[in-house]
Amino acid sequence: MNLWFWILLACALAFLTKLAGYLVPARWMDNPRMSRVAGTLTIGLLASLTAVNTFASGQQLVLDARIVALAAAAVALLLRAPFLVVVVIGAAAAALARLAGMP
Amino acid sequence: MNYLQSPAVRVGLSIAVATGLYGISFGALSVSSGFDIWQTIALSLLLFSGGSQFAFIGVVGGGGTGAAAMTAASLLGIRNAVYGMQMSALVRPTGWRKLVAAQVTIDESAATASGQTEPIERRRGFWTAGIGVFVLWNVFTVVGALVGGALGDPAQWGLDGAAVAAFLGLLWPRLRAKEPAAIAVICALVTVVAVPFVAPGLPILIAAAVAGAVGWFGHGRMDQGLEPDVDPYVEEESDR
Repeated sequence: MNLWFWILLACALAFLTKLAGYLVPARWMDNPRMSRVAGTLTIGLLASLTAVNTFASGQQLVLDARIVALAAAAVALLLRAPFLVVVVIGAAAAALARLAGMP
Repeated sequence: MNYLQSPAVRVGLSIAVATGLYGISFGALSVSSGFDIWQTIALSLLLFSGGSQFAFIGVVGGGGTGAAAMTAASLLGIRNAVYGMQMSALVRPTGWRKLVAAQVTIDESAATASGQTEPIERRRGFWTAGIGVFVLWNVFTVVGALVGGALGDPAQWGLDGAAVAAFLGLLWPRLRAKEPAAIAVICALVTVVAVPFVAPGLPILIAAAVAGAVGWFGHGRMDQGLEPDVDPYVEEESDR
């Protein structure tokens, strides 16, 4: 139930953020710094989420089948595979690594 | 006028199919991260911004709190305000259409509109990509949630590996220059160092603070990080 509260709050904030771009006078937001922070935040958060999902298990750092998924996904992206194919390759790599005995 | 002859409409439709399809991966991962199907549907209908949705379920799936998930998702959504400002000038929606335009303002609709030069084509591109992605993303979210719910043990199917691949796939198109790649490496390192010392979810917010500081004090390109996951115009470029 508590999770619903945070989901709906995130949804409301997401909509208001988008709407702000249409309502706020252009000169307020026509600030190079604003665009730059929006961009670096996007890169930093996605890199951080990639790292957490690869190496973290609660508060512990672990090396398990997910590192194989990361490597396989990177190869697929280098070969310009579409997003959905990259995700499927990531899943298959982790599943196969576990079959081979990795934790 | 046959709309299908409009280049912006064709680009918008193809981007809608490519992006909408990967709603399957969001739906499946959301359910395997412990969200029920209604919460999964709510995220796609109401939050509707792929990166933020994956961030929300990724933080909760990693043991973080709802508050940390909400914060990560909201920070990741700030770029949509920048797109909103650009679309306000390029598409110029009026009245109630502003509300609809805001909801479908995402990487893909903004990129489709920005890639056109004629005002009418920009408008067509924005609305076709925005509404097209919205419809297909939500349809395929439900499909993915049903598939994910039927799979059983997520680790056995490698769904934790799918999450890793999804985040790398979202990050990848934004790493076309040295500075964004450096920011990504620094933020990943900061995260890994922070994991043992703070509660789950917080390492991501610490990395966000570092990234925000780099953007605030740095002098990099203004539009770095503002690339769509699927570039609407990449195929046209390779055809040339």
